[in-house]
Order: sequence, then C-alpha cells, then structure tokens
Amino acid sequence: MTLTMGEGDVQMSTLSAGGNHASESTTRGVELKVQEGISKYFFLAAASTSLLVMALIMIFLFREGLAIFGKVNAVSFFFGKAWYPTYDPPEFGILALIVGSVSVTLFSSLVAIPLGVGTALYLSVLAGPTVREYVKAAVELLASLPSVVLGFLGMVVIAPTMQELLDIPTGLNIVSASIVLAIMAIPTITSISEDALYAVPRDNLEASYALGATRWETMSRILVPGALSGIGTAVILGMSRAMGETMVVLMVAGGAAQIPSSLFDSVRPMPASIAAEMGEAPFGGEHYHALFAIGIVLFLMTLVFNLVATYISTRFQQKGASTL
Amino acid sequence: MTGKTPGEKTMKKLLEIGKLIVLSMFIANFSLCSSSAGAGEKISITGSTTALPVAQRLAEDYMERHSEVSISVAGTGSGDGIRAIIDGSADIGNSSRDMKDKEVKLALEKGIKPAKQVIALDCIVPVVNSDNPVTDLKIEQLRGIYNGKIRNWKDVGGNDKPIVTVSRDSSSGTFEVWQEKILYKDKVRPDAQLQASNGAVAQAVSGNKYAIGYLGIGYLNSNLKALKVNGVKASFETTKTKVYPIFRELFMFTRGEPTGPVKAFLDFVKSPKGQKIVREEGFVAIN
Amino acid sequence: MTGAASRRYRMMTERVAFGIIRLLAGLVVITLGGIVLFLIYQGARAVNWSFLTEAPRDAMTKGGIFPAIIGTFYLTIGSSLIALPLGVASAIYLSEYAREGWLLKLIRLGIQNWAGVPSVVFGLYGLALFVVFLGFGVSILAGSLTLGFLILPTVIGASEEAFRQVPSTFREASLALGATKFQTICRVVLPSALPGVLTGSILGIGRAAGETAPIMFTAATFYTKHLPTSPLDQVMALPYHIYVLATSGTHIDQTRPLQYGTVLVLISLVLGINIFAIIIRTRMRRKKTW
Repeated sequence: MTLTMGEGDVQMSTLSAGGNHASESTTRGVELKVQEGISKYFFLAAASTSLLVMALIMIFLFREGLAIFGKVNAVSFFFGKAWYPTYDPPEFGILALIVGSVSVTLFSSLVAIPLGVGTALYLSVLAGPTVREYVKAAVELLASLPSVVLGFLGMVVIAPTMQELLDIPTGLNIVSASIVLAIMAIPTITSISEDALYAVPRDNLEASYALGATRWETMSRILVPGALSGIGTAVILGMSRAMGETMVVLMVAGGAAQIPSSLFDSVRPMPASIAAEMGEAPFGGEHYHALFAIGIVLFLMTLVFNLVATYISTRFQQKGASTL
Repeated sequence: MTGKTPGEKTMKKLLEIGKLIVLSMFIANFSLCSSSAGAGEKISITGSTTALPVAQRLAEDYMERHSEVSISVAGTGSGDGIRAIIDGSADIGNSSRDMKDKEVKLALEKGIKPAKQVIALDCIVPVVNSDNPVTDLKIEQLRGIYNGKIRNWKDVGGNDKPIVTVSRDSSSGTFEVWQEKILYKDKVRPDAQLQASNGAVAQAVSGNKYAIGYLGIGYLNSNLKALKVNGVKASFETTKTKVYPIFRELFMFTRGEPTGPVKAFLDFVKSPKGQKIVREEGFVAIN
Repeated sequence: MTGAASRRYRMMTERVAFGIIRLLAGLVVITLGGIVLFLIYQGARAVNWSFLTEAPRDAMTKGGIFPAIIGTFYLTIGSSLIALPLGVASAIYLSEYAREGWLLKLIRLGIQNWAGVPSVVFGLYGLALFVVFLGFGVSILAGSLTLGFLILPTVIGASEEAFRQVPSTFREASLALGATKFQTICRVVLPSALPGVLTGSILGIGRAAGETAPIMFTAATFYTKHLPTSPLDQVMALPYHIYVLATSGTHIDQTRPLQYGTVLVLISLVLGINIFAIIIRTRMRRKKTW
C-alpha cells in the first residue's frame, strides 16, 4: 500500500509534466495545493475511521451487555456465586468467574515474574552481544506462539502429566492453566523490563562500580531499583495479557464455575465462559446479554490494568542521562 | 534519497515474495476448485456441538454421492444454530434442544416458521470406574448423588468410599438434559467436578476408582462401566423404544418447510443410509 | 583478613545470584525450544504432501487440512488489507499532521489501551456488529474485519513510533527544497520509516494468523470440502481447526496426529512470519545511518 502511494505520486507528476508548457508551473502549483489539501483530509479520514472503530467496540459491547441489568440486578450479577445460565429460572452470578480469572492471573504472575524479570536481567547484564541477540529473538518468538497452540499443549501434555504425577482428580486446574498463561506473559514482562533496565543511566552504575561494589550489588541496589517503575509496568501488562487470554483458559482451566478452594480445583475464568457459551445462548436472550456484560467486565478490568501501567510509566518516568 | 533507502529495496523484495505466495495460493485454490464442484448448490449447516460429528459425517457422505452440492458444517452451539435459522445466515440449524418460546416468538416476528426434523436420539449414560461393584442405580439415587445428599458408595450398595461426582459444566446441552431428567429443580452439588467435554468426563472417570460421571452413549469405552438406570441398560434398542429414561432428540431446523437441495439432504439424513451413519457416530437412529 | 572474607562472601553471593538469573533465562529459552521441538517431533509424523493438499475425510480422522490453510490465508490477507492501509494512514495523520496537545495524548492512550483489549471481546464485537447488525453472516468478510481491527492498534502504534524516529532534519531539508508536505511524507518520511512500519505490520499479521477467539463466531466453520468462492463464504481456519478437533467430537484420540500436524503447520506459518520480521529489523538496523 505504501509503495503504490509513492508510485501514484510519481505518475501524477509525470503526467502534469507532459501538459501545457506555458502554464506548467501554475497548474503544477494548483495541483500540488489540491493534492496537499486532499491528502490531509485523506489521512484525517483514516485516523477518524480508526477512532470510530474504537468507539464502536465500546458502543456495541455496552449496548448488548447493559441490557442484562434490566433483568438482573447489578449486585446479584457481580456478587452472585451461582452461574446457572441454562437453569429455569436461570441464575447469573459471575463472582465465581471473576474469582476464576483473578486466581489464574495471580498465580500465573507468580510464575511469570521471576522468569520474565530474571531473563530481562540476564539480557541486560550478563549476556554477551551474540547470545543476547538470540535470546531476545527466542523471547519474541515465544510471544508469537498462537494461544490455541499453547492451550492445546496444556490440555494434552501438561494436564494429564500433572494429574498422573500428583494423583489429583483433574489436571485441568488453576495450576496448569497458570503455567501456560505464564508462558504467554513472560515475553511481555521480559521485553518491557529490559527496556526499563536499559534506560537506567550508565553513570549511576559506573559510580557504583567506582565505589567498589560488585556487579551483583550494583544490579540489586542500583539497576533494579532504578528500573522498578518500568518493571512494574511490565508486570501489570503481563497480568493484563494473562487475564484477557481466552483459548488457554478455555482449554486448560477445567471450566467449573465454582469458587476454588485449592490450587488444584478447576475454575471457569470469564473469557472461557464467553467463548464456550456464546454459541449456546439464545440470540438476544438474557444469557446472551449476560455474556456481553461479562465482556464489559473483562474489558474494564484489562482497561484498568493498562491505565495503571500507563500511569506508572509516565508518573515515575526515569530521569537521567540516557532517558529516551 | 528515494531509490536508495534500504527500506525500498527490501520492500521491493518483499513485494516480490508476497506476490509469489499470493499467486501460488490463488492458483492452488482455483485448480482445486475447478476439479471439485464448480458453482453448484450450497448448503450451510451450523449449531449444536453435540450434533457436530454426525452432521459432518452426513455432509461428507452426501457430498461424495452428490458432487454438485457444497456443504459447510459449523458447530458453535444450539443457540447459535437457531439464531442462524432466524436471521437466515444458515440453511440448517442443528440443535440438541427444542426451540425456546422466546426464539419461536422472535422467528414469528420476522415472519419465519421454523420447521423441525428429528435426526437422531442421544442417550446419556451414567458411568463409573470399571472397578466399581455398583451396576444399577435408580433415578432418585442418581439425583441424591448429584445434589449431594448421597456422599458414600455404601449408601447405594457399593464399598464404603466417598463418591467423587463428575458433571458437565452448567452451560452445556448435556448438563441441561441431566438437569431436566435427573436433578429436576435441584442444583448440582457445588463440589462436583465440572468437565468441559464428554471426552474429559470419560477420562476423569476411567482414572478415578470412586468417580461417577455421565456421557453420551457414543463415548462409552472399555475403561468405563455403564450403569443401568432403573434396571434398564442403555442401548440403541431401549433408547428408541424410550424405555431407557435419559435421552434427548437431536434436531435440524430449517426456515420453513425444506425445499430443493436442503430437502434432498434432509431426506438423505433420515434415510437408512443416513441413519447408518448416525449409528456409526455413536448416536441412536430414529428408525 | 575480615576484608578478604567479606569480599569472598560478596563474590559468593554474586555467583549464586547470577547462577539463579542464568537458570531463569535458561528455563525460558528451554521452554521455547522444548515446545517447538516437541511439536515438530509430534507433528512431523502427520504432515506430508497429501495432508497439506487434501480436504478432511472419514469423519475428520483422515485426509488433510488444505481448506483450513486456504481459509487462514484468506483471513490473514483480508485482515491486512484492512489494517495496513488504515493503520499506516492513521499513523501518518497522528505523527505528521495532528497538533500535539491533550487530545492527541488522549488518542494515543486510547490506541495503547485498545491494543490490550482481550481478543474474545473483539469476537463479541465482530459478532454483534458485522455478523448480526451489518448482516455479513459468518463469513470471510466479517472475520477479516474483526481480525483487522484487532491488529489495527498494533499497526498504528508501530508505524507512528517509526515515523517519529525519522529525524526532523529530514523533513526540514525536504521542505526547504520546495517539496510539499505530501511529497515529503511520501518520498522522505515513509521510505525512512519503512523498516519500522513493516516490522510492526508483519508482527500484526502474524498475530492475526494465529488468533482463534475472534474468528470463532465470525468466520470459522468446522468442515467444508469446497473452497470459498466469495467473501461471504465461511471458511475453515487452522487455529479453530486445532481447537475443535482437540475438544469436541467422538474421535478425539483418533484425530490426535492430525491435531499435532495442524499445530505444526500453524506454528511454522506464524513463527515463519515472525522470524521474517526479526530478520528485516536486524538488517535494517545495521543499515540505518542516522
């Protein structure tokens, strides 16, 4: 697309060059002005379309989702423990689904934070340039693995293995879902943390070495504290990704809409509920609207995560010689 | 500046590669397209995931006999199948339940009279681990086990061991039948393991000596022991005669009475050949 | 003496700590390597020429995944036709025309957060807007639009970043020579920013190829033998194929090899696209002279 735009421009100018020689410069000037005006509005139109699309997402989500609150009151929707959408009368309490989402998100970040931040530290301090290049590429590729592939692995490899090794009733539980989600969150955490570590002023590190501190002391007392806000952003964005992830929790979390009492219980996180039930729900019915309402909750929760991340990264922006 | 930026060179190379890929895909596409049926008649089927395997087999077999017809089969859920009929996005909507009043109303509002065809029966069988001595349960006992009143196998004639209940998750069609025929208005005990598919139930029960679960008759295997219900063994026979109590019908809905290629396909589905496929896929034939 | 001891202790701590860090990084790399090798090992047994060129047969237990490959191809092309022009043009407006201020900041914030919206929410959106409201039905068109809008913020973000990294002296030099703003953008800014724009776009396309949740209700079908002839047809798609084969049906165990085969094809595609992007970026970086 970008190239054709350039070509079109070239063609246009050759065309005008072949025109009337006497008034060439004036026509050319007018043409350019018109072109200038049109192009500006073209780009403006593109940008507005994008923003419109963004707004439409919210409008449609809210239009379909808020309808549920005409039939179910908000308190029993958010705090009801019973999710029996197909019962007669149905019950739409999504507390168990929220708890499901929160539990897999928290537990996966327990796994992902040490691995993600550790890898970032390795990349920024220990790795040589060549190794660094390859490890970075590996982390990026890890990020690009489709979620359905990881969900599939969790379902056919991790869950049965765990069930056998630990002799538990089901391998599809919080722990196995969290492990898979952690694999998805690690790349986000690593790459953003690494940027933050990289932005810590070299002067500070050199000052620390000059005072006789070891590399570890410099890392743990200067580098990491200096990059803490960036690492915080990284962790929150990683958690946000884990919370919104659908296929993994759909395939690995077990799908039980219950409030878990142990880490080896099955749960039904919100995205799994939406994906599994959207097709079953009678169109335009309460169940359908309830699923859109869950979509709203999910949307708002990830939005808060992202806003907090943005806030931290701007509020505590690192200052110093190498601030970008 | 323009001709020499690294960007443009790579861009050109990229475009070449891209063009090649796109071209080869299109060629592959059209060569395959023309070898199979050209324009032909299209039938789109969507709906129930339970009916998905059998609908797929039926479509596959039918297309082998009638190469001029092109059928696509999707499985998103019963609600989606009925919606697709109402808004016209599919020709046939599979459903493992009958239409709800609201859906009928919605259809009538749009001036559509959905027609219903029963294409197969599905019976749901309670299963236990093959080591379990229990062979027969009454519906009341099953209800007690699933609503949490009965918690030990010795209460239903087994060993003195706790019962591990395995259920399908509360939004699945199979659960809906179980709820309707076994639980009535009771809720499933909250600590029941909820599995996302029939296959997962089979796996959970075959791996746990104290477990009980339920699944479609097509999913029975040698690691599981099927229980009799009220003394009746689940089989194609007892389901067809409706002696076995836990069964449901699988439907194909159409927009109004079927005509043309859709009718021809549905006739095939209900013919002995079609019903043979239904049996092979583990469902119960209607005739 | 105590100084030496404490020094030894400090060096010990460092060695242990660095050992742990190396271990953590090693674990991450081994995880990726392990996953890829395992999938290649399992998938290679299923993948052969007929697997890639045939439609499924015998209740999906035999045959290949050709319609799914074609379907994913169409969806990917379709979504990039939507996301790339719109995304790059939007980014040009934001970086070259829009005036800095609170509104632009707000818009950037919006785009940034939009990129974090869960993919299943896009699926809902696509279902409500394209499939039902606009009446496209479950189709390539609806799926491409949904996926296109899913990757749009990625494309805008990466492109804008790339435009902003073009030194302003380039623009000033071009304008000083009498070029109009449009000419400057087309012949100076765009070519200079191209590597960044490309990398971002390709990464977006890679994501579109692998997404499942957004196409579940907007484009994907379980089985069709014939290939699509219009944008309003439903298609099979690789990610959805993996999901359905692995979770529903009466032959889950029998189709396991096919599932691994499909997984291998999908990750080859997605990792291929991404490796491509990484190669472009590193080569461009090396050539970059400013």
